Formats: sequence, C-alpha cells, structure tokens
Amino acid sequence: MSTRGLAVPSGDVVLSRTSLEAASPRYGEKLIILSLALCAAVSITVTTAIVIALFVPTFHFFQEVSLIEFISGTLWAPRFATPSFGVLPIVVGTMMIVFFGLLVGIPIGLTSAIYLSEYAPTRLRQVVKPILEVLAGVPTVAVGLFAIWFLRPLAEQVFPFLPWRGPFSIGVAGVAVGLIIVPLVASVSEDAMRAVPGGLREGAYALGADRFKVATKVVFPAALSGVVASIVLAASRAVGETMIVLIAAGAGNPMLSFDPTKGVQTMTAYIGGVATGDIPQGTLEYDTIFAVGALLFLMTLAMNMVAISLVRRYREMYE
Amino acid sequence: MTVDLRSSMHERTRLATAGARAITREVAGSSGNADRIQSGMFHAVLLLGISTAMVALASIILFSIIDGAPRLDMRLFTNGPSTLRPETAGFRTSIIGSIYVVGGVIAVVVPLGVGAAIYLEEFADPTKWWNRLIELNVQNLAGVPSIVFGILGLAFIVRGPLSLGFVAAAGSLTLALLVMPTVILTAREALRAVPPSIREGSFALGATRWQTTSKQVLPSAMPGVLTGIILALARAFGEAAPLLLVGAVTFVTFNPNFFEGGYSTLPVQIFNYAKRPQAEFHTLASAGVIVMVGLVVAMNSFAIWLRNRYEQTW
Repeated sequence: MSTRGLAVPSGDVVLSRTSLEAASPRYGEKLIILSLALCAAVSITVTTAIVIALFVPTFHFFQEVSLIEFISGTLWAPRFATPSFGVLPIVVGTMMIVFFGLLVGIPIGLTSAIYLSEYAPTRLRQVVKPILEVLAGVPTVAVGLFAIWFLRPLAEQVFPFLPWRGPFSIGVAGVAVGLIIVPLVASVSEDAMRAVPGGLREGAYALGADRFKVATKVVFPAALSGVVASIVLAASRAVGETMIVLIAAGAGNPMLSFDPTKGVQTMTAYIGGVATGDIPQGTLEYDTIFAVGALLFLMTLAMNMVAISLVRRYREMYE
Repeated sequence: MTVDLRSSMHERTRLATAGARAITREVAGSSGNADRIQSGMFHAVLLLGISTAMVALASIILFSIIDGAPRLDMRLFTNGPSTLRPETAGFRTSIIGSIYVVGGVIAVVVPLGVGAAIYLEEFADPTKWWNRLIELNVQNLAGVPSIVFGILGLAFIVRGPLSLGFVAAAGSLTLALLVMPTVILTAREALRAVPPSIREGSFALGATRWQTTSKQVLPSAMPGVLTGIILALARAFGEAAPLLLVGAVTFVTFNPNFFEGGYSTLPVQIFNYAKRPQAEFHTLASAGVIVMVGLVVAMNSFAIWLRNRYEQTW
C-alpha cells in the first residue's frame, strides 16, 4: 500500500516532467533568436534606406525638371549655363555597354557552360571551374586599365579602318565588361544545366542520340530558363558596371552617339564622374546623380526580379 | 497456327522497331558522316569558347604584371602618394586605408551576415510573408549596382542620419552593406547543405534549437560560411566605385584615421594614378594592380580551396 501510495505521485511527477513544454522559458535563447531576426531585418532597412536616399532627392529634381524632358530629351548637359536634362544620351551609352558586353559574354559564357556541364572530363572540370571562379573576382579597376591600355590599342590594330580617336572607346569598354560577365553567364548556366536530371540525358542516349544532340536538343532546352536568367543577370551587371566604363569609356562626352570607337558617357560613369568632382549639396546638379541613380536602380531591379523568378522556375521543376 | 502467330508478331516487332528507329533518327539520331562532323565541330567550338574565357581573363593579370614589373618594389609599400614624383611614389597610405576599410567590413558583416543567414535558414518560418519578403529582398540587394550603394552611403552615412563625414568608417560601412547579401546567400547555402538528420539527432538528445544550431549545424557549415566571408572581403577590398561617392578620392599623404580625416584605398589610388597623363604614373598604377590582384586572387583561391577541401558529403 505504501509502495502504491508512492507510485502514484512519482508517476505524476514523471508525467509533468515529460510534458512537451520546455522546462524553463529560456529567455536567453529567445533573446538570441530575436537578435538573429534583427540581423535579417537589417537587409530590409538597407533596401528602405536605398529607396529613400534615391527617391526623395529625385522627387525634388522632378519638381524642377519635367519628367518628359528627362525621359525624352536628347541633350545631357547639367553643367551648361542653360542646363539640359535629357537622360537619353547616357542611357544609350549604358545600352551600348550592355550590347557589346553581351556580344562577347553570351557566346563565350554559354560555350564554356555547355563544355563544363556536358563535355569536360570530371578531372578537368575540377580544375577549370575554380580557376574561372577565382578570375571572376579580379577587381574591375584592373579590368578597366587592361581595357584602356591593352584592348584599346589592340582594337586599333585589328580594325584600322575604323575612325579611332582619343583614348576612350565605349565599344572597347563594352568588350571588357563582356569579359567579366563570362564567368557569371558560365556559372549560372552551368548550374541550370547540371540541374537537368540525368534521366533525360540517358533517355536521349538510349534513343541513339550523340553528345551533340543531347547537349543542344535535350539539356539546353531543359535548362533554358536558367540560361536566360544568366543572360538577364549579366545584362544587369553590365548596366551597373562603373569602374571599367569610367576608365575605358571616359566620364565626358554625354553626346547621343552610337559610334563604338568614341568615348561615350554612361549612367554609372556620369554618377562616378560627378562624384569625383566637388558636388555642392542642394543644387540641381547634385540631385541629378540621385535621379540617374534611381533610374539605374529601377532598371537593375526589374532585371533581377526577372532573373530570380526564372531561376526559381527551373529549381521548382528539377529539384 | 502457332507458327503463323509467331511470324506475325515478328513482323509487328520488326515494323515497330523500324518505325521507332526512323523517328529516333529523325529527332535525335546520329547517322552518317554529316552528323559526326557537326558534332566534332561543336566540340571544337566549345573548346574554343572555354579557352578564350581562360586566356582573356588570365591576360588581364598577365598584362598588369608585364606593365607594372618595373615599379614592383618595396617603395610601393613604404612611400606615400605623390603628384610630382611618380618614380618614387607609392601606396602606403592607401594600403593602410584599405586595411582600415576591410577591417571595418569584417567587424560589421560577419555578425550581421552570418546572423541573418542563421535566422533565415534555421529559425524563420518560410510560410510567413515577412520571412519570404526578407529572402526576396536579400536576393535583390545582391544585384543592386555597387554605385547605388555609394549613393546610399553618401545620403545616409556620410550625410543624413549617421553624418560620419568623408572618413574611412563611412567607406567601410558602405562596403559592408554592399557585400552583406553575398555573405548571407553563401552562408545560407552552407547551412542548407547540413542534412536535417544532424538537427533531428541533436533534438532527440534533448538539445534546444539554439544549442543545435550553435553546436552542431554552424560548426558543420563553417567551411562554407568562411568561404562566403572571404569572397565578400576580397570583393570589398577590390571595390572602388561606391568609394568614389563616400570620399575616398583625396590624395592622402598622411596615414589615415578610422573616424576622422581623409582616406583612400588601394583600388581608388590606382584609379587616381591611372588618370594622370604621365607614363610613369601608369607604370605605378600597374604595379599597384599587381599588389591588389595578387591579394584578391590569393584570397579567392584560399576561399574556394577551403570550400572544396572541407565540403562534406553526408
């Protein structure tokens, strides 16, 4: 009887101890998790700050300058005695960088990706891929100097019939930007191609296809959303590239021009160029860097959103 | 009767096989020399593509070595900048500036980036809209052009709310924000690679979520997390564009201070030398590029070696 009397309360104790509730509230742990959440929230603060930093001065800018003039004007001359704020010339400059960048970056990047994913022996891939990753990190200042002191004279020798003059050339700058987006296109596309299930390849081989047919007619179409994402990301990178363009295409000449041999100003080079001079705060000229920055931010944001949703699509399909 | 049936089955099989073969050849088949030549040419194009990529990227480094070799000496590290004497000028003050700036980036980005990654990967409920928003936001921030971060730094850190002025701390904080998404994304990937069974084992032994994270998951993911941090630091070290907006343009002849006075960093100083017309300054700039690229390549190689060496397959 005494044992029974003991057993019941001890059973009660065991029951309450094995409850799934935590034994103590663990305030310390909750504090840690809260501070981790705050770290994550910093990223939201940064984005909010970027939006405020860009759009508040931009709002001031558009109280002085009409949006129509900004978007459709063909003369960008904020420093003239009678300033003109047509953003088109520097947008064209940026687009030329994107054009020449992709002209170089897409073929080299995609062939590299297909080779690494479908053709390269494992050993070779284990050597080549890290080298590409390391080279992808070469600072853009170094690439800019390479462009103006090596590629620019080289271009003049290869295309002597073009009207080269002055040290700057938007075409050469674009080609240099193309070199640095090669690793980006290659690695994002290769990831997408490697995410294509082996079964699809084996099925094609079983039907008698050779490696060329498997790579071009099975793997490439299956990885297409990832490939497109890599190109969109590359374009976004080219739009935002500053140092190469500032060095090799120059910060001057904001003329509306499609001549690749000339130095043409881009949006980023304009911001960088104004920044290296003294900017009197509160002037209309000071606000232009925010207006151009806002346009730059919106362009890259749109491209990044497209790329993110494309990558998500192939991940959902195959992973 | 049975023979008849068998022969008709043979006939059907033969027909079906022939049809399948024809369709296969039509769609994907390799038959004949034309296809073999096409396939070989494709292989050659691919080889050409990847070797062009390697040669072009390597020649950026090679060019700076050839161009800058005449000035690659100790004066680069011991002498300050000069606008008049390119033959003896160096990078002392900007190298010190770079050390300050990268040191500040480490202090800010390691706790913030790794903390955010741990929260998003281990604690955040992915069905909640705010967690999905943070996730999308980090991905987008990773693609924001660096010069836009410079504008942010100018408006919020140099001026505005923080009002630090054009000092090394401002440049440091700007670069920390720029590379933070890289740290978060790579750290998350490393944490995600740790299999759930490790966590479940730890829970089963009575550990809490934080104990599991700090004692099991984070140590297992450490090589990947470190890789992300080193890659981010290499990027911060070589980055110049945002610093143009937050003050790192002055010719600093004295050793900089973190919270006051002008500063410069190695890439910005290289850019400044390169803009001068004299050829001696160009050689000097190229010598600076050798130092900068050498350090960046060393950091990146170490990071990628670390990841490949300690990458665990569970």
